[in-house]
Amino acid sequence: MVTIKEPTATGMATRTSVILVLFVAAFTAALAVVYTMTKPAIDASAAEEKMRTINEVLPNDLYDNELLADTLTLPATPELGQEDESTIYRARLKGEPSTLVLEAVAPDGYAGKIRMLLAIRANGEVAGVRVTLHKETPGLGDYIEPKKDKNKTRPWITQFNGLSIEKMPTANEWKVKKDGGHFDSIAGATVTPRAVTKAVYKAVKFATENRERLFAPKSAKE
Amino acid sequence: MLITLSEIKQISLNGVWKQNSSLVQILGMCPLLAITTTLVNGVMLSFATLLVMAFSNFFVACLRNFIPYEIRIPVFILVAAAVVTVIDLGMNAYMHDLYLILGIFIPLIITNCLVLGRIEAFAAKNSPLGSALDGAMMGVGMIWTLGLLGGIREFIGAGTVLGGIELVIPGTSALQILPADYPGFLVAILPPGAFICLGCLVAWKNWVEARAAQRAQLPPPAPVAAGGCH
Repeated sequence: MVTIKEPTATGMATRTSVILVLFVAAFTAALAVVYTMTKPAIDASAAEEKMRTINEVLPNDLYDNELLADTLTLPATPELGQEDESTIYRARLKGEPSTLVLEAVAPDGYAGKIRMLLAIRANGEVAGVRVTLHKETPGLGDYIEPKKDKNKTRPWITQFNGLSIEKMPTANEWKVKKDGGHFDSIAGATVTPRAVTKAVYKAVKFATENRERLFAPKSAKE
Repeated sequence: MLITLSEIKQISLNGVWKQNSSLVQILGMCPLLAITTTLVNGVMLSFATLLVMAFSNFFVACLRNFIPYEIRIPVFILVAAAVVTVIDLGMNAYMHDLYLILGIFIPLIITNCLVLGRIEAFAAKNSPLGSALDGAMMGVGMIWTLGLLGGIREFIGAGTVLGGIELVIPGTSALQILPADYPGFLVAILPPGAFICLGCLVAWKNWVEARAAQRAQLPPPAPVAAGGCH
């Protein structure tokens, strides 16, 4: 007969931890494989998504240059809420500066950062704003996305269209109505539009003040 | 290892009605409160959870004889987290349109203790096929409950039903049930409204059960008041 030995504490600890390590290694390897397999497809759909969003904020008749080739890389820019480098796309019409497409981040959304894409004309007017990434409450704060906005004829985010620092010079006007400003918001969900409005104001101000520098015709690589 | 018809029947009945995750086990309250603001949101989150539960139950059941009892919980979490990540990546890569709709819900699923609960209560002791079915049927139970809950909250809160359906089926639109100038009832949309609606649904289910038991001349089952986790 085989006698079963009581396992010692160290023996058992070693055995179970080896098994746990094996499990962790196996599942991490599986995840790494899936990640590398799916990465090209994910990158491709992200790029396609980006071009689609750019086309949403930037009317087609505002540019005739190769947009993805005429870019400028900005260092970390607090005015845009960017903690890292960001890319500006420069739309030109017949060689003349037409519109800047830039990415801004609102750091103070209800659930973290809200990333958005803005198109600002050379005369300082907003051509369009779109939220590209956010984690706001579904069904409550997510009306900043036109797709989720119940108001289909005039989605919330289109309120910025056509405005400029020239037309609305004071910072107080660039606020939601609840804070005494110009922009509508939906009751019960003001944190989200407040954050977006503030970030749009800062971005428009930045673009207006730095117009010459941002349109300067040198490419990012020089 | 195959599965008998009576087992299929029992597992399905348990998942959809008798052990309904939201109405009886009262599990997974956090996503329930946050997401069931509309019918479409509720159904979509449940559908994503169904996928995760079916697959993680299946894998755990396959591996159940290799998992030492002492470290089963970390391994279960590892399996569930891996399944969530794989579904997240796979959907992002190959079903990008669906991912854009479900994307924000998928990472939330790992916070749903129902996943771990079913692994521990069912998959750790049963065959892979039965476990996958159990996960799927728990998901079906969640779909109808969260769909109903979302529908009620949406109807009371906004006067519409099926808001956001155009994201899932392009070309359709929400049904405006109440007049368009309905001012809305915000409490129903906020998390407390979810608790109140859920309480009514639990009461309704208990009432249905009590009545059925009375008809069958059986003593009614003890009212359910499970202590869920969050």
